[in-house]
This record gives sequence, C-alpha cells and structure tokens, in this order.
Amino acid sequence: MVLLRRELALAWARGGGPLLALGFFAAAVVMLPLSLGPEPARLARVAAGAAWVLLALASLLSLDRMFEPDFEDGALDLLSLGPLPLEAVAAVKCLAQWLVTGAPLALAAPIGAIALGAKPAAAPIIAAAAALGGLAFAFLGGAGAALALASRRGGLLIAVIVLPLLTPPVIFGGAAIDNFQNGLPWLTPFSLLAAYALAAAALTPFAMAGACRNAAS
Amino acid sequence: MFAALANPLRFMAFSRWAAPILGLAALLLTGAGLTLGLSAPPDYQQGDTVWIMFVHVPAAWAAMLAYGCLGGASFISLVFRHALADQAAKAAAPLGAAFTGLALVTGSLWGRPMWGAWWVWGDARLVSVLVLFLLFLAYLALRASIDDEAKAARAGEILALIGLINLPIIHFSVEWWNTLHQGESILRPGGPALAPVYLLPLLLTGAGYSFAFGALWLARTRAEVWRRRATALALQAALR
Repeated sequence: MVLLRRELALAWARGGGPLLALGFFAAAVVMLPLSLGPEPARLARVAAGAAWVLLALASLLSLDRMFEPDFEDGALDLLSLGPLPLEAVAAVKCLAQWLVTGAPLALAAPIGAIALGAKPAAAPIIAAAAALGGLAFAFLGGAGAALALASRRGGLLIAVIVLPLLTPPVIFGGAAIDNFQNGLPWLTPFSLLAAYALAAAALTPFAMAGACRNAAS
Repeated sequence: MFAALANPLRFMAFSRWAAPILGLAALLLTGAGLTLGLSAPPDYQQGDTVWIMFVHVPAAWAAMLAYGCLGGASFISLVFRHALADQAAKAAAPLGAAFTGLALVTGSLWGRPMWGAWWVWGDARLVSVLVLFLLFLAYLALRASIDDEAKAARAGEILALIGLINLPIIHFSVEWWNTLHQGESILRPGGPALAPVYLLPLLLTGAGYSFAFGALWLARTRAEVWRRRATALALQAALR
C-alpha cells in the first residue's frame, strides 16, 4: 500500500502523471480527421476503433519510465532486498501505471470516440473495454519495460517488444466495441478481453521479476 | 536422448553427422514432394494455384515448429540454465523468422488470384502469422540490443516464453473467428479433407521443410558453439 502511494506520487512528480498520455491521446484524435478527411459518415465508421488503437499507443508512452529510474538510482535493488517479493513489487508498479495512465485514458476514450462521431450510447462499453484493455496494456507493457532494462536503448525497443503482444486485447476490445455498435453479441469478445487482461495480470509479474533480477545481476 | 546431447562435446560429435544427413533427407523429401505435387492435376476450383500450397503450407508448419523449438529451448535454458539450450534458442530465431516470412509471402501470392487481394485483414490466421513474424523480430531485436551475452540470453528466454502463449491462439484462431481462411483440413475428425494426390506431396514437403529446419538449426547451433569458443579463446589470449 505504501509502495502504491509512492509509485503514484512518483508518477505525478516525474512526468506529470496522466497528463502526458492524455495529451498524446487528444493530439492523436485531432490528427485523425486531418488525415482521413472531415466527412462525418466516414469518421463515424472508424471512430470507436480509432479511439481504441490510439489508446493502446498512448499507453506505451510512459512505459520506459516504469522501471528505468528505479533501476538507475538503485531503488530497485533496495526493493528487491525488502520484505516484499519482487513479483509483488512489479505487480504494484503495473497497478500504479494502470491507475495513472489506464484509468484516465479509459475516461478519455469515450470522449475521443464521440468527438470523432461514435454513438453516445456506446460510451459505457468503450470505457469498460478501455479500462480492461488498459490493465492488459499496463501489465504486458511492464513486462516489455522490464525486459528492455538490460539494454541501453529503452523506448523504441519496448514498443517493438510489446506491440505484438498487445494484438489479442486490441482485437477482442475492437470486436466488442464494434459488435455493440452494430447490435451484435458483444459479450463473448468482451469476456475474452477480460480473460486476457486478468491472465496477463496474473502471469507477467513473474516475467517482470525475472527480467529485473536479470538486469540487476 | 536430450540428456545425452546436453554434453557439448557429444552434441558436436552428433550434429557433425546429423546436420548433413538431415539436410540430404530434406532435399530428397522436398524434391520428391515438389515433383509429385507439380505433376498432380490442377484443382477444379483453384486451378494451377493449388501448387503454391506445397511451398506455403509446409513453410507455415516449419515456422510454428521453429517457434516451438525456440520456446522449448528457452524453457530448458531458463529452468536448467544450460548453455547449449540458449545457443540453440538463439540459432532457431532467425530461421523461424525466415520460414514465417516465406509463409507470408507465398500466402500473399496465393491470395491474390484466389481471394482477389494480396492481404485480407479480416482473416485471423493471416494476422496471427504476421504477429508470429513480429514476435520473432522482437526476439531478435531484444537479443541484439543487449551487449552482455548472459543477460541477453535470460531476457530472450522470458520473451520467448511470453510469446509461446501466442502459438495456441494462432492454431485456434481459425475456429474462434471462423473467417476466410480454410478450416483445418489435415487433422480433423473423419480424416483429412484433402485428396490423396495433394495430401501425399504436401506431407512429403512438410517433412522435407521440417528436416531442412532441423539441419539448418543444428548447423547454426554448431556455428554458435564455435563462435563462443573462439571468443573465449580470444579473451584468454588477450589476458595472457
């Protein structure tokens, strides 16, 4: 609990917390009509899906700050010697990452989608899918960030590692939102998304702890 | 058998003969399969493009086999800390990327006349093979970006095991999404749906590709063992 509070405080102090991801998301939503053309009919068709994929990209932004500063200043070594197993530390870090970027983005996603022309009735499902998807993004992204610790060129490498792993949640979430808008059964892809997010949350802490120990050794 | 081969000396003695033999078997089997396949009559629906199947489907099989080997070797290396397993994993990754690329390219060449498009995003299997390709690239990028050999090995193992979750998704995606791609036609209840004229050459080329992967894998692992030995010798010489 103390660790969670520390992570949240650090997230605000180090990079302005959710502002960076939200700013990127807003800017990207503005760029989309500029590149696709302003016709409402065309935008409305891609609105929800575009908001969804921009969300995935926005959640990649702060990943390289997840482990790197603690690794640099030795805090990660201290944490690994502490009473909490490194797996739990990694899970808490991901949870903090989700609270700081995933949750605000989940609130912003329906706004972005509606601004692009999605039906307002789809707002709850977009927010719910974004919240669940954000959980998967945070944990898988954390695994990528921890793996990239051992190398000296974080940012882009993390994106290359993480993006292929993000395809299943992007597919499931996109299908859930799309089916909901077209009146098709959306619960199946939504449950698959939830299953994927929870499995990621359960399994990736072990990978992250292993990767952190490897980088520190 | 694996326990015996874990000894690097015994592995080198074994692979010295096994690699060329596997390679020869691969050449013979692929040659026989392609000869039989190309003399098979054109399909009543697909016409001559059915022949692409004999290079496309085995490449996809070999790609999945390569990822399975990469994952398996990574697991052995992670759990038992065996140096040879890591060398094997490192050697398997570029091969897997090559076979995956071959499957994607030939599939695209087949899709153009049959589906009328080089690439169809609605098909889940296409997309997941592309993801497999990206996973191989991610593995290669991660290993290449870490200078320390031991750290690169551990990080690669962890990534390979995370990616292993993707393999069942590839296989079952056909049933989950039920899309444009052919359903399972070889391993299915009620026997293969493929006519024997096509099935036999396909199985032959499939075995040939797998043997080719095995031969190249052994050769690359041998090269990796030699490379590390050379590095160690160079270090020794420099220290003296």
